[in-house]
Amino acid sequence: MNGALNNDLREIWVYLSASPLAGLTMTLVAYQIGLWVFERFGRRPVLNPVLIAVLLLAGVLTASGIEYRTYFAGAQFVHFLLGPATVALAVPLYNQFRQVRQSALAMLVALLVGSAASSLSAVALAWIFGGSSATLRSMAPKSVTSPIAMGVSEQIGGLPSLTAVFVILTGIIAATFGTWALNLVRVTDWRARGFGMGVAAHGIGTARALQVNEVAGAFAGLGMGLNGLATALLLPTLYHLFW
Amino acid sequence: MLGTLTILLLCQLAGELIARLLHLPIPGPVLGMLFLFAGLLLRGGVPRAIQDTAGGILRHLSLLFIPAGVGVMTHAGRLSAEALPIILALFGSTLFGVAVTAKVMAALLRPTSASADEAANPGAKP
Repeated sequence: MNGALNNDLREIWVYLSASPLAGLTMTLVAYQIGLWVFERFGRRPVLNPVLIAVLLLAGVLTASGIEYRTYFAGAQFVHFLLGPATVALAVPLYNQFRQVRQSALAMLVALLVGSAASSLSAVALAWIFGGSSATLRSMAPKSVTSPIAMGVSEQIGGLPSLTAVFVILTGIIAATFGTWALNLVRVTDWRARGFGMGVAAHGIGTARALQVNEVAGAFAGLGMGLNGLATALLLPTLYHLFW
Repeated sequence: MLGTLTILLLCQLAGELIARLLHLPIPGPVLGMLFLFAGLLLRGGVPRAIQDTAGGILRHLSLLFIPAGVGVMTHAGRLSAEALPIILALFGSTLFGVAVTAKVMAALLRPTSASADEAANPGAKP
């Protein structure tokens, strides 16, 4: 009887671990756990729900011997939505577009300088300390929101999944230590502080700016959208021109 | 909801098609975003349904990063082998990027009254 039950369980396990249902459900459950931990322990930036979910899932997959490829067969339904979500970024971009007119020039210059500074300093630092070619390519678009960063990474020969990890870590670093960096360079204007967070650290930086000041939040959202656009348009073009 | 999803997918599809046809170095969804943005500009406003659905999707944007993020396990070897360049590059470039962007923008902006009286208390800022 015990043996028959074990056989049944083994068959169910074999069936479930190979079906899309498992990967999809695990992804949603892990995200909910990540959100719960984030809310429960005071919404600290270091307790980023995505980071928690990723670590949790990687741990479960490794422990149970399920291959990433098998997991992704189910999780790809979530992954697919990155495309429509990128299109949807047009809505906040439009909502905040009116504010651009007053400070358009300052924003454009700051965008181009800041975008180049983030990308080039990342590649340069990784290169100086001996990073590999794939790491450098995956590092270049890490300041912008993941759907765009991963698309750009693919275009310039990086590894999109490695870029996604760099993107998340970039956001967490800015949300945790960005205030310190902004105080260090003595920037007090809310518009500039928010814009810096959005340009250099996409959605996670924007969320942090929104928590503290509404103007900073609006300009961070704008910075995120504009740098996503600038990086998508300029980075692959420049890359193909020079390499 | 369904209408908006259809519009989002149509914009993405148009973006993918044009990017491939013209061999543009831009991801299809990004072109799709430009199309939707142009459409909103032409229309002169965001319809309520699009506002709500787009807001709903973007609220859980971070969920969509997870499947690709779990791919970190396939890069575990690289991450530990290149830990030093990766950590230094991420910390250095992120804080440098935030500071440089904000500094340049602040230098070019005319100061507002809102920022002036908060200069005394910079610790509370994002």
